[in-house]
Amino acid sequence: MVVRGLRKSYGERTAVDGVDLEVSTGEVVALLGPNGAGKTTTVEILEGYRARDAGEVSVLGTDPAEATPAWRARVGIVLQSVNDLSELTVRETVRHFAGYYPSPRDPDEVVETVGLTGSADQRSRLLSGGQRRRLDVALGILGRPELLFLDEPTTGFDPAARRTFWRLVEDLAAEGTTILLTTHYLDEAERLAQRVAVMSGGRFLDVAPPSSLGGRHQEVATVSWTEPDGARRSTASAEPTRTVTELAARFDGEVPGLSVTRPTLEETYLRMVGEA
Amino acid sequence: MSPPATRGAAPATPGVLAIGLRRVRIELLTFSRDRESAFFTVVLPVLLLVVFGSAFNDDVAPGVPFSQYFLAGMIASGVVYTAFQNLAITISQERDDGTLKRLQGTPMPKAAYFVGKIGQVLVLYVAQVALLLAIGVALFDVHLPDDPADWWTFTWVSVLGLVCCTLLGVAFTGLIRTGRGAPALVSPVVLVLQFTSGVFFQYDELPPWMQQMAALFPLKWLCQGMRSVFLPDSFQRQELAGSWELDRVALVLLAWTALALVLALRGFRWRRRDEL
Repeated sequence: MVVRGLRKSYGERTAVDGVDLEVSTGEVVALLGPNGAGKTTTVEILEGYRARDAGEVSVLGTDPAEATPAWRARVGIVLQSVNDLSELTVRETVRHFAGYYPSPRDPDEVVETVGLTGSADQRSRLLSGGQRRRLDVALGILGRPELLFLDEPTTGFDPAARRTFWRLVEDLAAEGTTILLTTHYLDEAERLAQRVAVMSGGRFLDVAPPSSLGGRHQEVATVSWTEPDGARRSTASAEPTRTVTELAARFDGEVPGLSVTRPTLEETYLRMVGEA
Repeated sequence: MSPPATRGAAPATPGVLAIGLRRVRIELLTFSRDRESAFFTVVLPVLLLVVFGSAFNDDVAPGVPFSQYFLAGMIASGVVYTAFQNLAITISQERDDGTLKRLQGTPMPKAAYFVGKIGQVLVLYVAQVALLLAIGVALFDVHLPDDPADWWTFTWVSVLGLVCCTLLGVAFTGLIRTGRGAPALVSPVVLVLQFTSGVFFQYDELPPWMQQMAALFPLKWLCQGMRSVFLPDSFQRQELAGSWELDRVALVLLAWTALALVLALRGFRWRRRDEL
């Protein structure tokens, strides 16, 4: 996927203001950013839902503005909250949609993969929010997509369901599926994505691996420990290893309550978005 | 899980007809489970026939009871209910709830969606006519025509009316903002036309201005065509023109079909207005 100088405005308002991105085959990239940052517009242009004003876009070697059924068969899309299909059961829905694809996965297998086997004969309208999302995911992966768009896929999931879903995404990635994930959950991005793109005001602030996003790996670490009198002490250190060595010498061995922390992805993200 | 499809020599995506037929099945399944549309489209006409047919026993002409006149009008209305009203409402709702957006993101050829709708309309119409005729024969002593020419007229008036009203239903979705508001916008249009076109009241007894207004719209001509099928030829004298005017019925329906095609192509949208 190659995006160069992508722009899109709605009337006066510029939603996407010059975005560049390259995603290689098999890569998982997370797109982060506050509401209104232009994430959905960007993704919908890549999905072939929206027209762009300027820029070059190539997705699986095709301009999504000229999407054909053959291209659509190679792309899986999990949209943000939709409420369709309410009168059909999970199994009916998945079996029906399988008929759209040239070589779909086995529908029952997909239902099992997303953990809906127990609700396979329930109508969609009776599913919980999390189950509903899993049905969306089932339909997204049904056609064995080479590229999968996931737009806030785990909204409404309980923690256990979220972990199960993460393993599913990891399996898909291990099989070579390229994934573009939009999310508000920083832990999700950190766990799943090789690179994270932070978007604000229609631009990318940074595109980097989670460990070095926003220069995070070079930031000052905080070293904390407990003094013999019980007082908690901490110091900011650009060279935490040296600080720890000095502390170890001072305490002659084990340093009580020692911790070395760097800013979490969430703190880094909030700082980046706050500055923008 | 099975691996993604081998890249390159992918099999062809299923064609319009194959997917269209699957959609007919899923449309009928959805319809059969949606109580509101089932009531509006199937139960209401039957109810009206029973109520009106029982309430008004007067003859509209020697040997022609009102129930027979009303049956012809209700079958003409059946065209409007199953094609125009049904599609204008359900397509608007499917645009609102994300059905159309989801379908747009799959390899389903767009024409297949309309094949599904046309198939659904056809099945519903045949079922409705069968139900109305059965009740007419059982309760109101309606005589079914025995001349094959009448059945030929019935067939071409039905087909032309269904094509015309299907396109008008699709076109009308362009005027509808939200799926929830759709029934409130569509039903009055149908109701007013029914009152003025000779369904609930005898057309030849309406004030001239009302007759002239109704004659601009297809329902009046559908009713007239159906009367030629289900009423004795002697009733022609009571028609305004003194004859069934079948050539004019065909002409008006064809003209509306041409206009409706243009309006449908311009009015139909895959996305909600706020999403464009």
